[in-house]
Amino acid sequence: MYGRKVKLRFFFVLLILITLALSVFLLIKSLEENVIFFKSPTEIKTLSEIGKKKIRIGGMVKKDSITIISKEIKFIVTDFKNEINVVYSGVVPNLFAEEKGVVAEGYLKDKNFFLATKILAKHDENYMPPEVKAALEEK
Amino acid sequence: MASLIGSYSLSFGLFLSVFIIFFSVRNLRDTEILDKKIISFTFTQFFFVVTSFFGLIISFVNSDFSNETVFNHSHTTKPLFYKISGTWGNHEGSLLLWLLVLTLFISIFLIKSSQQPKNYRIFTLLFQQIIIIGFFIFLIKTSSPFNYIVPTPNEGLGLNPILQDPALAIHPPILYLGYVGSSIIFSSALAAMVTSHVSKEWAKHIKQWVLASWVFLTLGILLGSIWAYYELGWGGFWFWDPVENVSLMPWFALTTLLHCILVLEKKKILTSWAMILSIATFALSMSGTFLVRSGILNSVHTFANDPERGLFILIFLFTLIFLSIFIFIFFHSGKEKIESNFFWLSKETSILINNWFMMYFLSVVLIGTIYPIFLEVITANKISVGPPFYNKLILPFLIPFLIAMAIGPNLNWVKSDFKDKFYMMIFLIISFLLSALIIKQFDINFLVNTILVTSAFFLFFSTSREFFVKRFKNLSQNIAHFGFSLLILSILFNNIFSNEVITNLKIGETFKAEKFTINFENIDQEDEKNFKAIIGKFNIQYLDGSSDILNPELRIYNQPNIITSEADIKTNLFTDKFMTMNYVQNQEYFNIRYQVKPFMIWIWISVLLITFGGSLSFFNKRYEI
Repeated sequence: MYGRKVKLRFFFVLLILITLALSVFLLIKSLEENVIFFKSPTEIKTLSEIGKKKIRIGGMVKKDSITIISKEIKFIVTDFKNEINVVYSGVVPNLFAEEKGVVAEGYLKDKNFFLATKILAKHDENYMPPEVKAALEEK
Repeated sequence: MASLIGSYSLSFGLFLSVFIIFFSVRNLRDTEILDKKIISFTFTQFFFVVTSFFGLIISFVNSDFSNETVFNHSHTTKPLFYKISGTWGNHEGSLLLWLLVLTLFISIFLIKSSQQPKNYRIFTLLFQQIIIIGFFIFLIKTSSPFNYIVPTPNEGLGLNPILQDPALAIHPPILYLGYVGSSIIFSSALAAMVTSHVSKEWAKHIKQWVLASWVFLTLGILLGSIWAYYELGWGGFWFWDPVENVSLMPWFALTTLLHCILVLEKKKILTSWAMILSIATFALSMSGTFLVRSGILNSVHTFANDPERGLFILIFLFTLIFLSIFIFIFFHSGKEKIESNFFWLSKETSILINNWFMMYFLSVVLIGTIYPIFLEVITANKISVGPPFYNKLILPFLIPFLIAMAIGPNLNWVKSDFKDKFYMMIFLIISFLLSALIIKQFDINFLVNTILVTSAFFLFFSTSREFFVKRFKNLSQNIAHFGFSLLILSILFNNIFSNEVITNLKIGETFKAEKFTINFENIDQEDEKNFKAIIGKFNIQYLDGSSDILNPELRIYNQPNIITSEADIKTNLFTDKFMTMNYVQNQEYFNIRYQVKPFMIWIWISVLLITFGGSLSFFNKRYEI
């Protein structure tokens, strides 16, 4: 039979391999599940189907579109080609304002309606989502 | 004037590098002792960088708007404290600070390493000079803090109010001490390989640097985290934001290195591993700077940035990495005395296990942070990776990690049996019962949470016991590990017990929640020097009759014109009550967030305990690990 040392070494190598396989498997699986895609209103219009997964949308908050009731805030996100209605209940960052860039995270109900669970604030008052910037430059 | 002096000092400083390198190379063969000139030149270089740094501070204090950096980031109405901290609250100034710490540390290194072989010291200096020259050129070429504006503007643009905060004023310097400390470890590891000085003596000497960097890095991350908690109003202490992640990665590498060095200090094994870790720690610190500065990261708090700068750091980073790989392959003699007594149940093994786990955590954070960048480059899909990813991958592995952490320190070097089996079993049972009792009260996943809390309690009890059993032996390690168990416990309980309400309220309105009501009584206005404050008064009535009054603030800064929220936090030993008020444009409603966060203060205390453990080991050899 093999010596104790060889067995031990074999055991160690096996342990490392199992850990490695397990971690890679877990990593890839969770990445697939937990990745959040970023879409602009125009990209949403061209979607063939509405997924159930959480996504982020970005664009500009349309002028005079913010309305508020006690629980909810409604506004329209635009990239100057297409628009989408957003309903949100949660913390509103101070940099959130009409005619300013915004990124919202949540679920698509249909191509015109987005249920947001989070609105992201940026450090920088000049921040504009890259898609909006590109859209503005085209105009 | 001050800017002019600062600018010239920088050029002189860079020029001195030529002398330092010349005398160093000449000194390599010549004599047995280190040439005094080298030390004086290094000090002079440090002096020039200090002068330059003070030049910038003075420009900020005097509001000298002919200086572009000052113009972009300062304002006459800003309080003096933030004029000074504004010096490093921007890209150019923070790089000057990097350089300052780089030159400071190599000077300290030369003083402190007099016991070490001459050539090892010179090589460390040379490698450090490569980094220093890189930063000098980077600073002067792409991001000079001393650019002129003609004609001189009357008023500056002001500092982002979010950055006008005491915690954030000292956060960058402390964090940089940690980051840049790792540059010394990097240079000295390369030097040790070149001069074949990788030994127990080297480990003993470099351990001080590892400890110091580790303590500063931990404190720096803590400060950033505290700041995010009360200033950003996100109501938590960690968000898995890419910018946070890039500071966490070198921390993982440094913590691993710290444990690895302990083995190397006792037995000359794991040398290659220690070398790789030394290189990795610095590479990660540099990539952190690169990722934050280049604007590549799609982060929630990216500062203004510039692709050209990113490119420079990237090239510089790759040069350093290739250099170190080259040295590792051609100079490092992996001849370790294979010690036959590497028994499976020993302290070495438990430290190796710690290293595996740390590397796993590091790779999870690394993949989560850079995967979005790769995907965007390859497929043009923009994605982000959120907390669920990290929770799912890190939490399950935290359980064996905590248990190994409880058992490992009780083992002997080389070979040991399980000691105190009895106590360990008792602790495990008590921890399990306690956790089960607590978790049962709540409507959450029973199995996962119970096992998690059990393992945290287990570590808590076993480290607590060691205070009594071992007393002053291993005190520093024990404090750090105890602090870690406390940290995990506080984080878990904070997550499980937290409670929050988010709603929109008009003045005079009352919100009814299950266990309390929030009454928005009124608002008040106050005028400060550089902002106007709107202070809300909220009365919170609890079911048991007690009540709290919280006064969150909205601040409207005049320059730049930004609205920020100041959270009002009532802290006691058991729980934090946290309230923020946000402004909604053109509406009479205010957006209110009220949170009850248990054990928040214990998260900060436990991290302080961890760093205290590290500092104790740094200052007092008696409490050695």
